[in-house]
Amino acid sequence: MNLSVQHLWVIPALPLLAAVIGALTPRRGRTLAAGAAIAAMVGAFVVSCLALHTALVDPAAKLVHNFAWFDLGSGVLRLGWLLDPLTAFMCVMVTFVGSLIFIFSLGYMKADANFKQFFCFLSLFAAAMLGLLVANSLLLLFICWELVGLASYLLIGFWFHKPSAAAAAKKAFITTRIGDLGLLLGLLWLYNSTGSLLFFDGGAGVLETAALGSLAGQITVGGLAVSTAIGLLIFCGAIGKSGQFPLHVWLPDAMEGPTPVSALIHAATMVAAGVFLIARVYPLMSADQALTEVPLHALTVVAFIGAITALMGACIAVAQNDIKRVLAFSTVSQLGYMMLALGVGSWVAAIFHLLTHAFFKALLFLGAGSVIHAAHHEQDIRRLGGLRGPMRVTFATFAIGMMALSGVPFLFSGVWSKEGILHAAHGWNISHLPLIAALIAVVLTAFYMTRLVAETFFGKARSHEADHAHENSAVMTVPLVILAVCAIALGFLGTPAFPWLQARLLGETEVHGHSLLEGGGLMMLSIVLVAVGLGGGWAIYGRKPRVAENSRDPLVTAAPGLMAALSARLGFDELYAATFGRLGNGLAALAHFLDQWVWGGAVGMLARFGEFIGIVNREADENGLNGGFDIVSERIRGSGRVYSRAQTGDAHGYLRWVAMGFVIIMLVVVLGGAR
Amino acid sequence: MSPLQLCLLLSSLLFCVGLVGALARSNTILVLLGVELMLNAANINFIAFWRYGPNPAAGTGVLFVLFAIAVAAAEAAVGLALVIAVYRHQKNIRLQEANRLKG
Repeated sequence: MNLSVQHLWVIPALPLLAAVIGALTPRRGRTLAAGAAIAAMVGAFVVSCLALHTALVDPAAKLVHNFAWFDLGSGVLRLGWLLDPLTAFMCVMVTFVGSLIFIFSLGYMKADANFKQFFCFLSLFAAAMLGLLVANSLLLLFICWELVGLASYLLIGFWFHKPSAAAAAKKAFITTRIGDLGLLLGLLWLYNSTGSLLFFDGGAGVLETAALGSLAGQITVGGLAVSTAIGLLIFCGAIGKSGQFPLHVWLPDAMEGPTPVSALIHAATMVAAGVFLIARVYPLMSADQALTEVPLHALTVVAFIGAITALMGACIAVAQNDIKRVLAFSTVSQLGYMMLALGVGSWVAAIFHLLTHAFFKALLFLGAGSVIHAAHHEQDIRRLGGLRGPMRVTFATFAIGMMALSGVPFLFSGVWSKEGILHAAHGWNISHLPLIAALIAVVLTAFYMTRLVAETFFGKARSHEADHAHENSAVMTVPLVILAVCAIALGFLGTPAFPWLQARLLGETEVHGHSLLEGGGLMMLSIVLVAVGLGGGWAIYGRKPRVAENSRDPLVTAAPGLMAALSARLGFDELYAATFGRLGNGLAALAHFLDQWVWGGAVGMLARFGEFIGIVNREADENGLNGGFDIVSERIRGSGRVYSRAQTGDAHGYLRWVAMGFVIIMLVVVLGGAR
Repeated sequence: MSPLQLCLLLSSLLFCVGLVGALARSNTILVLLGVELMLNAANINFIAFWRYGPNPAAGTGVLFVLFAIAVAAAEAAVGLALVIAVYRHQKNIRLQEANRLKG
């Protein structure tokens, strides 16, 4: 059974419907809201599978359905749906992971008073995310992009009574908005140069040869091709949304939200939207590759930003003590890997890593959520420990996720996707620095994940909460098991020997595999590096587990300065507070000063002048014009008193008068018209 | 019923909802919300009369509405700033209590 592309809107519409149902049910309608959300998500999964089936019939085809949204004079603004393997794989991933996380949330949020709202927001998020995936117009994509930002804001600040959560929500919203400004400017520029925002439109779309040729042919400021400039502006949006350096600061703070939110939005799907965006507009990003005289290619910037992010995220993750913060920085680092892959020209490797990462990172976050739920919201790994025994399912699945993330060879999915990225970075002919950064990050990833597992699950319980933890109910463990199976199985869709997924993404129907020995040196090197990371982590944290909550970390003893800098996240928050924050405060202080003294002074002088006139007037009045005017003014005062009674200070009263006046006017008009 | 009538019906309903909200709520933000609803009802009228009016080819209705939306955004910014200022003075945003300027 196939899904025609006109009906692709059904995928985002189902969760949107669930969100509307969730918004309209009363607060006690918990079952209805959650049931609608889960049913819609499962329904969207089924439809997405049909879409995937359709897309794979001819993977090279871009099935589009465009329609006019509204017309403005002579111009027509058009939107559309797009179905190709990229969209279809992403939709299947989002709906599948989303369904499991919705089910997990049933258990995790059971005791929350705002349970119903939570599912409403989650459905809104899913609708926006799926809309972003099926959009065939940069404008529609941008609208959904902002909607996922809104849903992210609502969900990070879900426990808004905590000041830290409210602040984190605000920070996420504002930081991503900085990147979105770039995206908006890029969008406007693109519309101005090509007159269209549709990706594919039978030859007239912005990602098709005609438009790309004209964009790459024009030169703008700094000798950049127009396509480079637009590509870099669009990449700004991706930097903000995908937590890339230097706008990564919001993502770790986003962990203030409930853990299922962190898993769905801030690990698996929304933060990957930036990677998806760049992969979607990849023809535009790479349009300048053939030019030799331009000073900069857009993809070079992408590669270096990705490499910096991958290395920096992995370094900071080593020194974090909050179980979710470690995973958050790990997400930052892995997103850096994906950007790196995009930058070095292998968007297919980036998307493959995105898909595998979505599964094992969702698994890790849900595992962390399971731990946090069992340990009564204790998430400091120094106060956990020894959970291996009481939480067997969580431990086993978390370990699978950890091995997939670290890139333990052959059995787990992470190794295949990471291998593709390393391979692509190796083949890049501009610089080898990104490859070196990625290889260092491989060691660090294996190291901090070993540390996380050793501290959380091994040794003995170091707090009362950890001591009394026990395994959660099936509603929470079954999603973990399913995700763990996927974290293993998904890798086999894209091994170098049989890269089925990569071939389908590229639009090929034949799969050209090559033997594992080809490029085997790099593979061996990365396996050795993973072994070094795992072994180092085990030697430091696993063999002699932490005995007490406050015993010193061996690495802190070894390099106190470095670890302090890393655990303070290299001071980016302080840096931004000292520069942009202070700039904002300075501007506010300046405005305050102007208001208080300059404008206030001017108004004060006017008032003095008025006062002076008043004095003159009074003198003249008292001495010259007393008499009859007193009576007149007394009358005026009296009438003023009568009128002032109408000024009750009750704004509702005023509104009521306005409404009544409106009704009277309407009556006059209607009755007058009838006569 | 013709599409124009349906639009006008919708906008009247929206207007009434907004009016009731503005009159019945004591939370100033919700009163502002009500006012915004009424404004958008007026916008729908603009669009409806433009679309089904004698000259839908000229983009006048849309431009008028875009202008109204921009003005409404500025007005909302001022309104919310006033709400914050009121909150600082009386530690709540009940409209009934913001009556210090009464005669």
